[in-house]
Amino acid sequence: MSHSEHKDYAGAKLGMWLFLFTEIILFGGLFILYAVYLHRYPREFSSGGHELNVIYGATNTMVLLTSSLMVAMAVTAIQGGRKLLTLRLLVGTILCAAIFMGIKYVEWSAKIHHGIYPGSAKLAAGPPGESIFFGLYYLSTGLHGLHVLIGGSVLAWIGVKVRRGVVTGDDFVLLENGALYWHLVDLIWIFIFPLYYLML
Amino acid sequence: MNPSDNLHPASGSFWNDTGKSGISSWIFSTDHKRIGLLYFWSVLSFFLVAVVLGLLLRIELMAPGRTIMGPETYNALFTVHGAVMVFLFIIPGFPGAFGNLVMPIQIGARDVSFPRLNLFSWWLYMIGAAVIIIALFTGGGPPDTGWTFYVPFSARTGTNVSVAVFGVFIVGFSSIVTGVNFVTTIHRLRAPGMSWDRLPLFVWSLYATAWVQILATPILGITLVLIIAERVLGVGLFDPMKGGDPVMYQHLFWIYSHPAVYIMILPAMGVISEIIPVFSRKPVFGYKMIAFSSIAIAAAGSLVWGHHMFTSGISDRAILIFSFLTFVVAIPSAIKVFNWVSTLYRGSISLEAPMLYALSFILLFSIGGLTGLILGAAATDIHVHDTHFVVGHFHYVIFGGSGFALFGAMHYWLPKFYGRKYAEKPALIAWALLFVGFNITYFSMMVLGMKGMPRRYYDYLPEFAPLNLVSTMGSWILAVGLVLMLVNLIRGLRSGEPVGNNPWGGATLEWTIPSPPPTENFSEEPVVTHGPYDFSKAGKP
Amino acid sequence: MTEASHHIISYRKLSAVWGLLLLLTAATVLITRLDLGPYKIVGALSIACIKSGLVIAIFMHMKYEGRLLRILLFVALVTLAIFIGFTFFDVLYR
Repeated sequence: MSHSEHKDYAGAKLGMWLFLFTEIILFGGLFILYAVYLHRYPREFSSGGHELNVIYGATNTMVLLTSSLMVAMAVTAIQGGRKLLTLRLLVGTILCAAIFMGIKYVEWSAKIHHGIYPGSAKLAAGPPGESIFFGLYYLSTGLHGLHVLIGGSVLAWIGVKVRRGVVTGDDFVLLENGALYWHLVDLIWIFIFPLYYLML
Repeated sequence: MNPSDNLHPASGSFWNDTGKSGISSWIFSTDHKRIGLLYFWSVLSFFLVAVVLGLLLRIELMAPGRTIMGPETYNALFTVHGAVMVFLFIIPGFPGAFGNLVMPIQIGARDVSFPRLNLFSWWLYMIGAAVIIIALFTGGGPPDTGWTFYVPFSARTGTNVSVAVFGVFIVGFSSIVTGVNFVTTIHRLRAPGMSWDRLPLFVWSLYATAWVQILATPILGITLVLIIAERVLGVGLFDPMKGGDPVMYQHLFWIYSHPAVYIMILPAMGVISEIIPVFSRKPVFGYKMIAFSSIAIAAAGSLVWGHHMFTSGISDRAILIFSFLTFVVAIPSAIKVFNWVSTLYRGSISLEAPMLYALSFILLFSIGGLTGLILGAAATDIHVHDTHFVVGHFHYVIFGGSGFALFGAMHYWLPKFYGRKYAEKPALIAWALLFVGFNITYFSMMVLGMKGMPRRYYDYLPEFAPLNLVSTMGSWILAVGLVLMLVNLIRGLRSGEPVGNNPWGGATLEWTIPSPPPTENFSEEPVVTHGPYDFSKAGKP
Repeated sequence: MTEASHHIISYRKLSAVWGLLLLLTAATVLITRLDLGPYKIVGALSIACIKSGLVIAIFMHMKYEGRLLRILLFVALVTLAIFIGFTFFDVLYR
């Protein structure tokens, strides 16, 4: 079609930001519940939070921040026309995503091994607020993990486009939008980390 | 345009100028007009299905006791009627169908900002609809929870709630995609000279609607995910046995679903703001206030969700605040009504079909809005909560308001895209039947509710029988009117009288291009030099 | 409308922000190990807000975007705040 002749760069970015708003509000629904139930069950939330492993959480935070740095650098690199560097940085970002998911897997398995998962007999026997805490923990980190997977896949797809020369220094809005999505994944984690692992 | 072009109105238009006309040239088209028509016919099909379900419900309620179905079927029918009407008809109806058809032309653009995403949104809509339909015939059968899916019942019922809810989730995503597309389009693709104060009021209303779609729909998404989590994983976030709070479900649900009411009504108001000045041959009164009130309704409408929960056990202070804010929303709505009426004043009014729908919109919406205040005031709400008064109220707003506006839009805009027009006389008769039938059906419900008849009940006390009979009879008049309207409209679009560029004498951009328009709308980028209701500068009808 | 707003952010600046983010992460872990009572929540969330502000401003280029995007982001965040805040009209006074 002939209307692809002009690319509306600012429009594409505006659209991406609008989509990110919807993602923020999507997680916002869980934050509403977190706030309400923290208000109702401060003690149970506190004991639940102390059962989470700060080392895992902090490591994952650093992994995600590093991945965010690399994808931001990838945008800078493609703007300078440095294709190989862009690709390397994208691979680095995706590796970080894999490490993140790996740590998440270890963390979840340990919890599930101890009988802590939604609907488990152990949680049913415990105080009501505790099963709410872990329910929210699993839903928040699960939904976030799903976003890590989606974000990683999107970046991989964009990487292919960079390699094929579709996304270049002259036309990189796709990479920039992919990077925006990845930063959002990081942003959500910046809040999940203190909410669940630290401040309780 | 020379007049002979009108003998073959479809030639050189988006119907055939790409040289493709097979089914795949439609379902994979990225042209906003084709997508708009795809949306229109799919939305209309679901509307008719839900209408049939509604008529069946009315027949069941015609007399006390069992009439044609058992209570389980009744519960399933009102659930599916509500869910289909809300999620598959009226929410996608305006943005998806008429927003897509008209908005890009009205701002002087060739298409929306993301044409492929636009097509994707229709596909998501159809996939979501298919999932909902699958839910009706598999597993434990159609959901019986009511369209609101309230916990704890929705978490426990054996019917196929999870699949249906997943379908609604997909449809919600489609709505978000449309919203993102429209906000971007309105910001980025306005033609030179199309400043914000020259934007047609329908575009303003779609802009406000798109914001509600973007900022409220994700809450519906997470709420639906949580229902599935309750059912599949037994998380217990809304289960009091596990420390959860069912009222929190209602909060989340209405944080979306109250603003969703404005997704349904705002574009309808936009349609009315287009039709009234054109058929009064007079610039709209208070353009800026109407535009501003769309934004104000969208904003204030996001603050009032608590008024659905006055009897659910929320705090007294919350009731007070939400009740007050509900009254605040009435202000911008009233601003619109007053401005429409002022536009009519001393106008040269022509009572053609679109105008009749617009005028009845004003009346029916006002009744719906004012009865909304009865429900928004906590004291009276407690008396009529969950009665047929509520059913009557929201049908006045959504059917008498949005529905009639949609019918008006169909008469007003479809000739533009088909190049042919319906016959006027049957259109007037159909309108009269719809109007009379509508009021008989739903006014009876409001009276019944005042007398204490609960909603969603299968059976009722004998004293409610006469008015229920009246209401059911009214629904038949309504149905006859609907059939006549659609037959006349469709026949007109297929073989009616050809129309020129500007059959109504409108001054917005869609009336400057041929009917039907060519694929990229404008042969050259239009330059806008006057406002949307400046009839002195527009062509004669 | 000019499209010349492609601001290129240097690797150095990005790395500096990353370093700052790691420092803030360390700080938030440290202060939440102290016994601060209710201030723990305030402290942890304030640091989280600063961190997300840095990510949005530099990594996501918001600092170099036009006014429109900033206003819209503000609207979205206010909306979320309202959703959370208004729910508490009920929860706090029940």
